[in-house]
Amino acid sequence: MNEFQQVPQHIDQPFALRRIGAMGLRYLYLLRSSWTRVVELAYWPLMQMILWGFMTQFLLTSESPVIKAAGMLIAAVLLWDVMFRSNIGVAVSFLEEMWSRNLAQLFASPLRPYEWALSLLFISLVRTIIGVIPAAVLAIPLYNYSIFEMGLPLVAFFMNLMVFGGAVGLAVSALVLRFGMGAESLAWVGIFLVAPISGIYYPIAILPDWLQPVAWALPSAHVFEGMRAVLIEGIFRMDLFINAVMLNVLFLTAGFAIFLYVFRLARIKGMLLQMGE
Amino acid sequence: MSTFAIRTESLTKTFDDVTAVNAISIEVTAGTITALLGGNGAGKTTTIAMLLGLLKPTSGKIEVLGEDMVRSRHRVLGRMNFGSPYVDLPKRLTVRENLRVFAGLYGLRHPRDRIEELSTALALEEFIDRPTGQLSSGQRTRVALAKALINAPSLLLLDEPTASLDPDTGDWIRSYLEEYARETGATILLASHNMHEVDRLCSDVLMMKQGQVVDRGPPAGLVKKYGRKTLEQVFLDIARRDDDEIDRSAAQ
Repeated sequence: MNEFQQVPQHIDQPFALRRIGAMGLRYLYLLRSSWTRVVELAYWPLMQMILWGFMTQFLLTSESPVIKAAGMLIAAVLLWDVMFRSNIGVAVSFLEEMWSRNLAQLFASPLRPYEWALSLLFISLVRTIIGVIPAAVLAIPLYNYSIFEMGLPLVAFFMNLMVFGGAVGLAVSALVLRFGMGAESLAWVGIFLVAPISGIYYPIAILPDWLQPVAWALPSAHVFEGMRAVLIEGIFRMDLFINAVMLNVLFLTAGFAIFLYVFRLARIKGMLLQMGE
Repeated sequence: MSTFAIRTESLTKTFDDVTAVNAISIEVTAGTITALLGGNGAGKTTTIAMLLGLLKPTSGKIEVLGEDMVRSRHRVLGRMNFGSPYVDLPKRLTVRENLRVFAGLYGLRHPRDRIEELSTALALEEFIDRPTGQLSSGQRTRVALAKALINAPSLLLLDEPTASLDPDTGDWIRSYLEEYARETGATILLASHNMHEVDRLCSDVLMMKQGQVVDRGPPAGLVKKYGRKTLEQVFLDIARRDDDEIDRSAAQ
């Protein structure tokens, strides 16, 4: 066999896991190629956990049962970081393609835009795990608190926040694709728009009346209320969980729809050719 | 299969009020090497982008390897490929990693074997495990060619494949492309500003100006038609003609 002979290829399918795998591999290679980026992934969750861990120890003297609930703030900060990392994981991997002016190479191949979006969600999961697990593990010896003791509810919270962060990441990436690298900062700050109304560190009831319905429209609000129910009352609120899942279905659908719509627009306006540093 | 690897009919692309490609109708015969020539802004890159499915035409038809590119481009993308020095590969990935990723995207059954073949054929062995960003421009061009050939495409679109290369490396790339086309029967469409390259490689030339194909023919035929000594002189003639003449030529 020489390089001029025909190369055996798999039959093209509209959806191919191997293409998603190839893109996932690409992002893993990118991550592996820079140890400073891997360290950076874990750095902020660790710093936040340490800061809020000491804050928790200080607040334990309070009479409020909400504040006294062991590990409330540590759990909140770790779960917020799941959402934040999931969002950033999608957006940064997307920006990697922009920075390397690589979209034309990718989309001259049989890769479909929805496969690309799925690969972004996959690498976001990997980046979140790398970022959050060290902080969660370190909280055990530092503050005698293990978030893992939450058990199955933790898995439910994690998955919901991953999906919500990813959905926001897809929408934000679409905006960067639409408006160019001038909108790059959106990728970093977009998720903070929902942080104040997600009830991360305080109950939704604290918010003004008119803002509460907006908060309840976010899956994250249901997740953080659910987290408080587990930590304070020791119960897993199935109603909050179901609400979060249903809202996530809507948000993920919307995230994909915006992403695919803007991609279609990019093919019309020639944006796949122009993007770069 | 159609005798044409590429066929367009009244292919047009406008961006707001600018017409980048204006109703071009071209055929590129399968198994040939054809050049797309024209000055900056002539519409070459826009045409190639539409042929690759990266850009949706405003109107007109494109048929590539017998498939309608507007409606079903994914049926044919696995059988074509492209290379351009202006479109990078991720610099932090090694050459091997980049090729593995594209082998996956093109659905190769035996990616390692193919990468080894190309590594030997294009003399990549010495730097295949180095980050792509650390390579010289000649090495990067060979890597870009390896990526473009990863699926042994039946149709290869190249945008200035030897731009900014030293004469030796440029000659090496041209020889390889000649051999590839001869051995595989592949069709190559290349945009180039190097008239020596076009003279040597191409059996047909499409001359573009202001979004239109203003002339076409074999290099020697065009030289004769314009009463010039070289293809470069023909290129300059066309580039400097006024717009009325272009309109008359296109109408003919």
